[in-house]
Amino acid sequence: MSASALTVCLECDLLNRQVPLPQGGEARCSRCGSHLYRRSSPDANDRSLALALAACMLLVVANVFPIMGLEVQGVRSSTTLLDAVRSLWNDKAYGVAALVFLTTIIVPAAELIAIVWVLISLRRGARGQGAVPMLHFIERVKAWGMVEVFVLGVLVSLVKLTHIAIVEPGLALFSFGALMMLIAATAASFDADRAWTQLEELR
Amino acid sequence: MSTAPTAVGLGLLACEVCRLVSRAPPPGNDAHCPRCGVTLHARKPASLARTWAFLIASMILYAPANFLPIMDTSSLFGTQSDTILSGVAFLWTSGSWVLAALVFFASIMVPLTKVIALAVLAASVQMRATWHPRTRTRLYRLIASAGRWSMLDIYVVTILVALVQISTLASIHVGPGAAAFGAVVVLTMFAAESFDPRLIWDILGEEP
Repeated sequence: MSASALTVCLECDLLNRQVPLPQGGEARCSRCGSHLYRRSSPDANDRSLALALAACMLLVVANVFPIMGLEVQGVRSSTTLLDAVRSLWNDKAYGVAALVFLTTIIVPAAELIAIVWVLISLRRGARGQGAVPMLHFIERVKAWGMVEVFVLGVLVSLVKLTHIAIVEPGLALFSFGALMMLIAATAASFDADRAWTQLEELR
Repeated sequence: MSTAPTAVGLGLLACEVCRLVSRAPPPGNDAHCPRCGVTLHARKPASLARTWAFLIASMILYAPANFLPIMDTSSLFGTQSDTILSGVAFLWTSGSWVLAALVFFASIMVPLTKVIALAVLAASVQMRATWHPRTRTRLYRLIASAGRWSMLDIYVVTILVALVQISTLASIHVGPGAAAFGAVVVLTMFAAESFDPRLIWDILGEEP
């Protein structure tokens, strides 16, 4: 039995035979319809590496500059994401502060770094140190990076604040918007199945 | 219905991380993925018990999450407390209908639907139901991916607290409801992660 010609659906356990796909095609389980595998373009690795590197840079910009500023009766205030986490912490909302810090800064940053790490070690053709744990990590934390939800939350608070004060969108607001799209594009082009196969071939 | 070829039926195990299919070891031995090294399980361990535990915990916290204030605004005119629902009402009465609908959907509809749907799925497996397995699997996929959007209100509170604190006019502080609400979101995400949709299909395979 050739194990590579078979694939198992992770949602209904059905054994499916692998068939060749056209480029960009996706195979779904014949019984429950969930995603099985896809055939990404030959340059998918390089493309996702470029996107992930760009996202890393934007992540820095988005965290250094203020998200928005507020002017109430001549008094101005502005906040970066880290300031916002700190004010939650100072307000003794430790759990909420930790949750926000993890889902908007730590997980997205760690996930992007892990993707860059894996793709660079594949490019160098070396079974780089730690590529396997990095791929495990990416799979585990996938659901906990919530930049896109955060961007929507910022927009909602912007609308709420315009009723009581003059609001100025900051540079980080646009950076987070762009970061959201880059993260989505990275996730769409990064092919973990291919990374696993290539790592195995390098062994 | 003829028995469909499943990995379990053929003595195979699929890795949940790297998807490699390997032969299951003799009973009593721990299985590890030959490619990526993680421990392999035919089904998620104690799936139903864990799902129910997280679900019940989130149901208990659901009441404080919705009835306690998620933020307190104090100004010259007194103190005002906002719950999730009053935040939606504020957006609605101030004319931002689209945002009001969005926040209502993300903060109220999604957690509620998620808890009910997961309870129905877990109960359907326990009652050995055979109806619409494909639809139930699709439902599971949908609620597992939609749960994250409930974090919306937590982020709104984060920004409001940070910006309206030093101002002389008003100051906004986090209310006790925010922690409960965050916990509901996290617990329902854990509940969804614990449920194993393959259990839905196992019952069909056992039929004579």
